[in-house]
Amino acid sequence: MVLVFFSYFALASIAAGVLTVALKNPVHCGLALLALLLHVSGLFILLNAEFLWAVQVIVYAGAILVLYLFVLMLLNLKTDDRYFHSSYLYFLPPAAIGTLYVVTLLLRSPFGGTKGDAPTVAVLQDGDTYAVGIKMFSDYLLQFEVVGVFLLGAIIGAIVLAKTPKPVTEQRKG
Amino acid sequence: MVPLSAYVAVSAVLFFTGLLGVLIRRNFIIVLMSVEIMLNAANINLVAFSHYLESMAGQLVALFVIAIAAGEAAIGLAIIIVVFRGKISTNVDEMNILKW
Repeated sequence: MVLVFFSYFALASIAAGVLTVALKNPVHCGLALLALLLHVSGLFILLNAEFLWAVQVIVYAGAILVLYLFVLMLLNLKTDDRYFHSSYLYFLPPAAIGTLYVVTLLLRSPFGGTKGDAPTVAVLQDGDTYAVGIKMFSDYLLQFEVVGVFLLGAIIGAIVLAKTPKPVTEQRKG
Repeated sequence: MVPLSAYVAVSAVLFFTGLLGVLIRRNFIIVLMSVEIMLNAANINLVAFSHYLESMAGQLVALFVIAIAAGEAAIGLAIIIVVFRGKISTNVDEMNILKW
């Protein structure tokens, strides 16, 4: 059963990713990206990461994607006839061959390592959100604060960049 | 039970798709969307290893990656608006105001 769901989410997310890159109209690309994000969140559910699923749906699909679509509609872009790079056909065969090679290597590799301190049974007992919260506010507190400062800087930077510049004549009068 | 290498393979395919998008698309907004695809591929990897190696660290790093992606999207779209206001199109080939 898990295998069926995994195949669906994996194939659908890959298809949506290819559509995001290949579609002509930028709004259609944004909608394909939405499909990709939702299917990736489905993969998170299969991996027992409910908190990340919620964050993916709320932050990625809810906030970041709406930002993209908002800017797309604000700019009212016209679709170019040549929307790919002029020599994109030279990129495709190496990319396909490279992907196949890397995927074959990855499918054959035995991944392993020392197990951590959060076995699935223990995580499922209290819930994934609990486990993430305990870990984040004990071992990862400094990183959490750094990310907070980073986001503040990003907000201020975005406001400063996107603010309408005052005309020069108006500044001289005042 | 899905093997870990299947998740890693899906993530690799998505990462290559995003990389190809960054390289061949000419619209700046689509290039940013391709960067989001690559970040999502990295997130799948992190969460898959976190699940199979029974450690919480991967999920936390994935959370931080999502936060960084939000900041990157905000700054990137602000730059697009600034560039577009200067009557330059969002075509990456025509954006050369920093070139001298």
